[in-house]
Amino acid sequence: MIPAAGPDVAAAGVPLETPPVRATSLLRRSLRLWRTRIGVGLVGLLVLLAIVGPFVAPYGQSAPVGAPNALPGGKAALGTDYLGQDVLSRLLDGGRSILITAFIATAAGLIVGVVIGLIAAYARNALDDVLMRAMDVIMAFPQIMLALVAVAVVGAHAWVIVVALALTTVPRIARVARGAALPVVERDFIACAEAMGVPRWRILFVELLPNTLGPLMVEASLRMTYSIAVIAALAFLGLSTDPNGANWGTMIYENQTVLPIQPWGAVAPIIAIALLTMGTGLIGDGIARTAAGIDRSRGGE
Amino acid sequence: MNTPAVASESAEPAQAAVTVRDLQIDVAETRTPVVTDISFEITPGEVFGLVGESGSGKTTVGLALLGHARHGLAIAGGSVLLGGRDILALSDEQLRRLRGSVVSYVPQDPASSLNPALRVGLQLREVLEAHAGERDGRGAVRADHSARIAETMREVALPDDPRFLRRYPHELSGGQQQRIGLAMAFANRPRLIVLDEPTTGLDVTTQAHVLSTVRELAKLHDVAALYVSHDLAVVAALARRVAVMYAGRIVELGTAEALFTSAGHPYTRRLIGAIPRLTGGRSLLGIPGHAASPGNRPPGCSFAPRCSLRIEQCEQEIPALRPVSADHMVRCIRAEEVLTQEQRRIGDPIDMPAAEDLAALRLDSVVASYGRVEVVHSVSLSLAAHECLALVGESGSGKTTIARAIAGLHRNWTGKITLGDVPLQASARRRDADSRRRIQYIFQNPYGSLNPRRTVGDIIEQPLRLFGTASGRDASRRVAEMLERVSLTASYAARYPDQLSGGERQRVAIARALVCDPAVLVCDEVTSALDVSVQAAIVELLGNLQRDLGLSMLFITHNLPLVRSIAQRVAVLHEGVIAEIGDAAQVLGTPGQPYTRQLIADTPSLEVAIAEVGLGEPPVEPAPTG
Repeated sequence: MIPAAGPDVAAAGVPLETPPVRATSLLRRSLRLWRTRIGVGLVGLLVLLAIVGPFVAPYGQSAPVGAPNALPGGKAALGTDYLGQDVLSRLLDGGRSILITAFIATAAGLIVGVVIGLIAAYARNALDDVLMRAMDVIMAFPQIMLALVAVAVVGAHAWVIVVALALTTVPRIARVARGAALPVVERDFIACAEAMGVPRWRILFVELLPNTLGPLMVEASLRMTYSIAVIAALAFLGLSTDPNGANWGTMIYENQTVLPIQPWGAVAPIIAIALLTMGTGLIGDGIARTAAGIDRSRGGE
Repeated sequence: MNTPAVASESAEPAQAAVTVRDLQIDVAETRTPVVTDISFEITPGEVFGLVGESGSGKTTVGLALLGHARHGLAIAGGSVLLGGRDILALSDEQLRRLRGSVVSYVPQDPASSLNPALRVGLQLREVLEAHAGERDGRGAVRADHSARIAETMREVALPDDPRFLRRYPHELSGGQQQRIGLAMAFANRPRLIVLDEPTTGLDVTTQAHVLSTVRELAKLHDVAALYVSHDLAVVAALARRVAVMYAGRIVELGTAEALFTSAGHPYTRRLIGAIPRLTGGRSLLGIPGHAASPGNRPPGCSFAPRCSLRIEQCEQEIPALRPVSADHMVRCIRAEEVLTQEQRRIGDPIDMPAAEDLAALRLDSVVASYGRVEVVHSVSLSLAAHECLALVGESGSGKTTIARAIAGLHRNWTGKITLGDVPLQASARRRDADSRRRIQYIFQNPYGSLNPRRTVGDIIEQPLRLFGTASGRDASRRVAEMLERVSLTASYAARYPDQLSGGERQRVAIARALVCDPAVLVCDEVTSALDVSVQAAIVELLGNLQRDLGLSMLFITHNLPLVRSIAQRVAVLHEGVIAEIGDAAQVLGTPGQPYTRQLIADTPSLEVAIAEVGLGEPPVEPAPTG
């Protein structure tokens, strides 16, 4: 717990302003909310599935195990798909590529976006306008359209999907980073660092960045959610890196026509994607609520 | 319970407009008392002062008079009688009708209390219309509010023409905004007005005008006014009776004269000793330690841990607020002994070292602008080695711009600034490291000048690493030394700024500025965000450090009395030009310029208030005409 501050901070023990939050404590505090715990649980479960899945899958992802479109039972716990492959094995195999691609794309977009956002906020001049208008231009393209065009032109390589997703993530992160950094830039400790001649990059990343982490974490988890959805959507449209390999999006596409006969081929990956995006969404929501102080009304600090 | 009714009622023949009895306010969840045992009354037409430092609970009491408790607090007991009705027993709907008509409130910051999207005339009309039905009775013909609005505007000394009323709040100055706030509060002719530090953000001249308006209006309309403030000098000039609060209790209540000339509570005495005065360059005495927060208060007298007159009995039970003479009550078991002691003025006269001829810093015809607007017009001054020069002026006079130009934070200036014999570049970034090291800047607001994500040790160590003065274990040792020098302990190095009080934060900022042996220290309003007792301690510390380390110091302030306690010379800045510069005692004692004279006249000061008969306004006086 934070020791009580002196008398000239809080009037009569009631904090006048919410104390600044440290990143670690924000994460830890957000875990007091059930929504964050559920989110972490869901994401943890699906990440675990994606990592361990391929090793515990009963069959290879492309191995034919029986008649096509067989209902669950017998050798295949979730039945077989339209080619007679085991649905459970493909489900266990199909998460990894989505998660890795989404994570790399989001991380890359986060790093570039934060750098651009902080530079724009700190510049306080024409550079700010130039950078942010450039971000607006990118943002004018719908995320899925940009990815579709990129894949259609260059080809369905993993790096194309990562770059296209990162590119569409950058402006959204940059806006949030700039917005969070603007009020911090005006504070005197930044002026103090300038008067002492602290190098600009240190001001950006040592003084400024730690004070913008709250909103950035929220936005990053939101971006992760969208990236997963877009990658799954691309795969659904047949634009995945390995057309024969298992992928939740591909599975939905392949088995949608046989939904009335053998629903599990499409429904299982749908549930997996839904739980994963719900998980990342709940984590972001929990952090946002904690940062906004909503957790306090329920007996927080 | 110790009801102090006997003494005050016998001394107060007039019927009280407001009577507060045994008011107690708790933290809603834990039932920890925040303010306890508050009893006082205000007569019609009287301005009653409620004085206390941050956290004493004075604003909480002020709001309770409107039947309001801030979020998380609950009014737990007592009564607020207004014309025979107990405000605390009213329903929300009854309270809503009461507020703005019978009781009204003037908040601290007029800029945020007026709606920026509505014209001021409309906001005034709203207040009148909201309560029109209640005042005139149902079915009464609605009076034409325009006449009343015009009358109210004239009362608060604002133009009443429609053009002015069509303005938006941002088109008014701070003083005018606060006058609109007063007009809204007085518009419905309330019986009680609570003023919560309404002049805190205003310049002294504006403040003086607003204060006289408050006093005249209260008397003219027989309004009981509660004036909540941390500034004893302001209250001394305004109120006839004053209550001093400490840690949620009234520790002393009496006439302003009694309090300021012969206080009976050690805390009141220490508080008065901490107030800087225009006459006499004496050192200020801070109060060691700090007030306990609710829930951590000692079982006995709350002030006992900081009191030099403490005896064992003080720590056993909470002393009662008891009369020591007519209309003077003190919550101290040794009040009689305190009263027999001569009122300690303030500290000893300061032996200011003679300034040397060598100029540490020179400004030659410095002109500074924001965009195309010139705010500093050709200012030249020189700061001698080992000298403290105070730069005083009202807001907008350009004093902070000069300070920031010296530190290289404001780049838009021409002229010449020389440090020793090195001419300085405009921007700090283009100066060499040694110039940056030799000029250090301390900011006004210690809540903004320390990065909340870094530890105190990290913050103080930063200049050492940056200028390559020390590193590793050597740096840690110097940080610990520096913390000791600013009267903190080495254990503070591991803490974060949000774990410190305002005074402690400012000490950390001072330590950061001094750790790399600067030659010139620029202090920009470094005490304006702090309580008087904390201010006294910080000024004492800065003065000692300046003398011990042989620093040259530029001390920027709007607080004229403070100048005498720290600076040898003073420069008075007026609209970007130096109006007067010279020896501090001489400039403030016998000012040569009319502007300086006006500034001194408008400064609320204890000795002026005490010198005037009866302090504030005499209790009985015919109402001013017109």
